[in-house]
Amino acid sequence: MAHIKIKRDKCKGCMLCIKVCPKGQLKEDSVLNKKGIKPVVFLGQDCTGCTFCGVICPDTAIEVYK
Amino acid sequence: MKKVFSRTSSLRDVDTHYCSGCGHGIAHRLIAEAIDELDIREQVIGITPVGCAVIAYNYWNFDCVESPHGRGLAIATAIKRVRPQNIVFTYQGDGDLAAIGTAETIHAANRGENLTVIFINNAVYGMTGGQMAPTTLIGQKTATSPRGRDIGNEGYPLKISEIVAQLPGVYSVERVSCDSPKGVLKAKSAIKAAFKNQMDNKGFSLVEVLSACPTYWSLTPADSLDWMQNTMSKEFPLGKIK
Ligand SMILES: Cc1ncc(C[n+]2csc(CCOP(=O)(O)OP(=O)(O)O)c2C)c(N)n1
Ligand code: SF4
Ligand code: SF4
Ligand code: SF4
Repeated sequence: MAHIKIKRDKCKGCMLCIKVCPKGQLKEDSVLNKKGIKPVVFLGQDCTGCTFCGVICPDTAIEVYK
Repeated sequence: MKKVFSRTSSLRDVDTHYCSGCGHGIAHRLIAEAIDELDIREQVIGITPVGCAVIAYNYWNFDCVESPHGRGLAIATAIKRVRPQNIVFTYQGDGDLAAIGTAETIHAANRGENLTVIFINNAVYGMTGGQMAPTTLIGQKTATSPRGRDIGNEGYPLKISEIVAQLPGVYSVERVSCDSPKGVLKAKSAIKAAFKNQMDNKGFSLVEVLSACPTYWSLTPADSLDWMQNTMSKEFPLGKIK
């Protein structure tokens, strides 16, 4: 199944990936990363591998597998 | 299972100093992807600006030369003329390219230099604290237009891409916007085409990239994308200008 990997400590918590994911596959984590911000986590039920989250991420924190 | 999206090798695996949601990070990645897809990393020389992107050379994995503020196209002209085998591009903000560097921009364009220009329009001076830029929208509040840009006082947003497109020496001008995944992909093909033009000796190619500065727009990154779609792109219409 398609899925993504998030580099937690690269994430700056802009939430742009949450905004653009057509499937609602991402949410804000409750635990801080090394930068001291809440990164995003992958929910991973029906990711289509569309790459939108990776394409919009300004910090190249997302890898997409399909 | 195949990896279908990840960092390209011309982009270093390092954290950037950019604010959360800043468009510079996206633009840097698109340039790196275009360069790797065209397989020109060993030929490329990037001219980095003064502005928030002043240390872009730390984020790219190819040769760069740092320019004084606004002088990118003078330096690029010199390098390309001495080393025509290299692929030379400038990366410049609106303060850099369209304010202090207006003369260099117009004259390099008018000479039809065989160069690639990536012009990052975020409608403010980011690095120095969010002052008004030539591209600031009418009514937009900035540190130096606290009541909003007033045309009576500060004039109109400068459409440098449209101006440059008038010059016979210019081969191609396109405006794109990193306001959605679709917009980002369009921006990438425009950037790639602008590099390809130089490889084919077509002449001066400029890509204006509308790019978010959530910090000095006083918007969240998500609302910044909406503002670009609903407001900024009305003043700066997207598409091929030349
Ligand atoms: C000769 C000179 N004049 C002024 C400055 C101050 N200065 C630094 S960056 C900048 C403007 C940056 O704005 P922009 O080019 O739009 O880039 P951004 O930071 O928004 O990416 C100015 C005026 C300078 N460094 N050198
Ligand atoms: S690849 Fe597409 S569907 Fe999967 S998480 Fe990213 S945006 Fe959502
Ligand atoms: S777009 Fe990138 S930096 Fe922004 S929240 Fe998502 S993973 Fe983090
Ligand atoms: S001030 Fe604006 S342009 Fe500069 S890094 Fe922050 S968001 Fe980006």
